[in-house]
Amino acid sequence: MDYRISEKISGPRSEDTLPASAAAAVKVVIVGGFGVGKTTMVGSVSEIRPLTTEETMTQAGVGVDDIAGIERKTETTVAMDFGRISLNERLVLYLFGTPGQERFWFLWNGLFEGALGAVVLIDTRRLEVSFDAVGRLEERGVPFVVAVNAFPEAPVHPMAELRAAMDLPDSVPMIDCDARDRSSSRDTLLALVRHLQSLHTVTPETP
Amino acid sequence: MSEPGKPWDEGGPERLYTVSRGRAPQEPRHRPIELVSLIVARAEPEPGLAPEAAAVLRMCQFPLSVAEISAYLVLPVSTVTVILAGLLREDRVEVRAPVPAAVLPDPELLQAVMHGLQNF
Repeated sequence: MDYRISEKISGPRSEDTLPASAAAAVKVVIVGGFGVGKTTMVGSVSEIRPLTTEETMTQAGVGVDDIAGIERKTETTVAMDFGRISLNERLVLYLFGTPGQERFWFLWNGLFEGALGAVVLIDTRRLEVSFDAVGRLEERGVPFVVAVNAFPEAPVHPMAELRAAMDLPDSVPMIDCDARDRSSSRDTLLALVRHLQSLHTVTPETP
Repeated sequence: MSEPGKPWDEGGPERLYTVSRGRAPQEPRHRPIELVSLIVARAEPEPGLAPEAAAVLRMCQFPLSVAEISAYLVLPVSTVTVILAGLLREDRVEVRAPVPAAVLPDPELLQAVMHGLQNF
């Protein structure tokens, strides 16, 4: 389908280009179950209209050399929305909203490696959809904060109760946020950066 | 919200194979190309260059991350990485590596992120 290509190969709009001085990027990953507001948060803080990047996984158990294995392979495509914040003339922050299904995380080679940290978004009505995300981040040693997305129709729970329900250690900051709101989302990112700074002071070298 | 189950017409794996000219993504002669590596074109697209490669050169007049290139080309990151590796080998693009975040990011970097967000 060549028309699709010729239409899409356009590149950024002029207002979406970075300055030539942009020298390096950092990334923050926003995780959580399906429908907790990851894309909303990316959209509310991003300076560009959020974009979608894709990765394809070919489920092929058979070796490439196996000529008998000509049955069509199953392909799974996983999409990830992301946005961008220019922090200064040289430094750019990218925000990735990962797919809810954590089993696809490995697809994004290096998504968590080199990330400053992560924001786990939760919806108090469906805490369980974000349990997995917390577990995976802990396993990988990725520092994170937990942001409680204020859905208007969701009941309000005391933080301590949510913390207990999520089985979160006291060392992990929890904050309220409204993913639709730009400054609230920005504050969530600031909370993550503060948390990262605090890790510096409390954990020196642990061999 | 991302649209769940949005159809993604790849044109089949053969097309990706063609675009990447059958090369595997890992060719570590240069620094690895990552999701947020910034790419800057160092050459004009020449006639005869694969359309996707030419498109990369055109859109990277100013720095652009691999993720953005993937989004604009509507191609998977791994395929874009292969195209970029080819362009890099021919010195047609420059790759600006992401800030390595080691185990804990550097305090100065965190300070810069903090300031950037506060002024945003």
